[in-house]
Amino acid sequence: MDSLSIAAPEVFLLTATCIVLVASLFTKANSHTVYWLSQASLVVTLLFAFGQTRAEPVVAYVGAYGIDNMSSTLKVWLIVVAIGVLLYSRDYLTGRRIARGEYFVLALFAISGMMIMVSSKHLLSVYLGLELLALSQYAMVALARDDADASEAAMKYFVLGALASGMLLYGMSMVYGATGSLELSGIRDAVVVGGAEGSVPARFGLTFLIVGIAFKLGAVPFHMWVPDVYEGAPTPVAMFIATAPKIAAFAMLIRLLVDALPALNSDWQAMLAILAALSVVVGNLVAIAQTNIKRMLAYSTISNVGFLLLGIVGATPEGYSAAMFYAITYAFTTLAAFGVLLALSRGTREDGSPFDAVMLDDLAGLARRNGLLAAVMMLAMISLAGVPPMVGFYAKLAVLRAVVDAGYTWLALIAVAMSVAGAFYYLRVIKLMYFDEPVVTTEIDTAGDVSAGLAINGLAVVVLGIFPSFIMAACLAAFA
Amino acid sequence: MSLEIIVFYLFAAIVVFSAFRVITVNNPVFAALFLVLTFFTCSAIWMLLEAEFLAITLVLVYVGAVMVLFLFVVMMLDVNVVPLKEGFVKYLPVGLFVGVVMLIEMVFLITQRYFRDADFPPPPRMTDADFSNTEMLGRVLYRDYLFQFEIAAIILLVAIVAAIALTMRRRPDTKYQRPAQQIDIQRADRIRMVTTPNASADTARPEGGQS
Repeated sequence: MDSLSIAAPEVFLLTATCIVLVASLFTKANSHTVYWLSQASLVVTLLFAFGQTRAEPVVAYVGAYGIDNMSSTLKVWLIVVAIGVLLYSRDYLTGRRIARGEYFVLALFAISGMMIMVSSKHLLSVYLGLELLALSQYAMVALARDDADASEAAMKYFVLGALASGMLLYGMSMVYGATGSLELSGIRDAVVVGGAEGSVPARFGLTFLIVGIAFKLGAVPFHMWVPDVYEGAPTPVAMFIATAPKIAAFAMLIRLLVDALPALNSDWQAMLAILAALSVVVGNLVAIAQTNIKRMLAYSTISNVGFLLLGIVGATPEGYSAAMFYAITYAFTTLAAFGVLLALSRGTREDGSPFDAVMLDDLAGLARRNGLLAAVMMLAMISLAGVPPMVGFYAKLAVLRAVVDAGYTWLALIAVAMSVAGAFYYLRVIKLMYFDEPVVTTEIDTAGDVSAGLAINGLAVVVLGIFPSFIMAACLAAFA
Repeated sequence: MSLEIIVFYLFAAIVVFSAFRVITVNNPVFAALFLVLTFFTCSAIWMLLEAEFLAITLVLVYVGAVMVLFLFVVMMLDVNVVPLKEGFVKYLPVGLFVGVVMLIEMVFLITQRYFRDADFPPPPRMTDADFSNTEMLGRVLYRDYLFQFEIAAIILLVAIVAAIALTMRRRPDTKYQRPAQQIDIQRADRIRMVTTPNASADTARPEGGQS
């Protein structure tokens, strides 16, 4: 294969994004042309990415970029989740003062950035992919220009994100100084040759790398931005930030720690164990106190990131597969929850401003207003709580098994205890939807394709929980 | 200590001093000028590393273009720096504490025996006098780092899109000129011929008494 066809998904998507960008200038504000063009380019990119799932691992562009089993599987899921994100966002953006064309264009750029992160074999391309993603996200949060909360969230996100990028770059420069290589394989070989004693400069850099990664994932104690950004950002942007980028951040974690610095595993295992324990505890306990559902989902993200890290703490291939499974299933389960919120955000309030479903009380009696939305939300919630036979149960089981096998029983105990505490706030949502009286009794109608998308998404949460091997086989192959 | 080391420390001290002054002086114009000094001295350090292309670019792009633009903006806007510095004294102890702790930790780690020369790859050898830094940079940039170079270009495109999306406002009451229409004008569009039958009588009427 020549190098152009190796990077075909990215090359196609970036070209298509430029076409969408130009097309968005010449379409009317409320037409769906830009939306359909974006979806079409994602579908074609999905086909390209799917075509690579059977390809032999190969590295191109002088070691900058490569495909392997992990990258192609993650890319497929990234794009699937992104298609869902665009589908659910479409009707929300219509009628609100948010630049729709720019939303889709920036989302496509962010997706390209994630795909580059996933396929990176080089510190510089990891960093550039991350920046492409992050810059698009900062701008997307600020797209609601007349909203003071969104501007505040964008400012916080930008300043803290820049700080985290600085940490990451500092760590990368230290690792480069210690090993003399920017390629991940070169770093691995240099650290192995240097041995544990000679690798102190690399470990110094590793600490900063972990800070940067933990920030991008939103792990405690680097989680402060997550609730504020979710709350302030327009709901479709919060959905975008909450779903696909977590898959990309997982890939970055694997690339930097497992691919580049496996020899320092005893160092990063301890650091990740602390991050995981804190995230699971803080995420689940603070979520109970939230009345804003976006903030609640933010703390849910934090606790799920803790579970994701549990899989990696053990430093075993089974654990990495379990964490990969967790990242993928978390992304599409959260996608369903946000999709319901967006479907609810229709009509106007009394004062004429567009209605946003952001408080828990907005969900009261949802089952009587729209049965499908309530059912999908219920499936997402019990899956996030980890109830069998949902996919979230199998994901939690897999990471817990990995962490117990690796000898971190105390960590597994904390995680299980905390997920019991966390079940409270997930189940509260179901109680609100099914057993409380609705404040507004009007029925909620959703567009046909959105309903179909939500139904498929909800079904996937159940069916993939019963047949997890559909994803798990690919995850195991990625680290075989 | 060789001359090169002495020169390096001299420039490094100026960089640190002027960077510190950028954030401590009250007048934003002085802050911008100190930033210019920082860039100049940084480019001198690039020279010491035999990276003359980067040194020249730093002066041309940052000092010549970016900072001049920056000075223009600073001079045109009436920036009131007092509210920006409000929390400075309040947060200084905490910031200083964290900074000092980090500094001590890093110094402790870096001055340990682990950070010996032997722990690092050998330094790059000095190049000959006729070696073209610019040419080599071009080769590396467009051959070895082509992929990263392209992504950097995409990031710039995202910056353009984001900047325009966040700042451009369509204002319906703004009046635009349409040059094509202006040129295309016919005599009949502008001038209407009227006949005023009693023109001579009007001008002849005495006006002194009415005003």
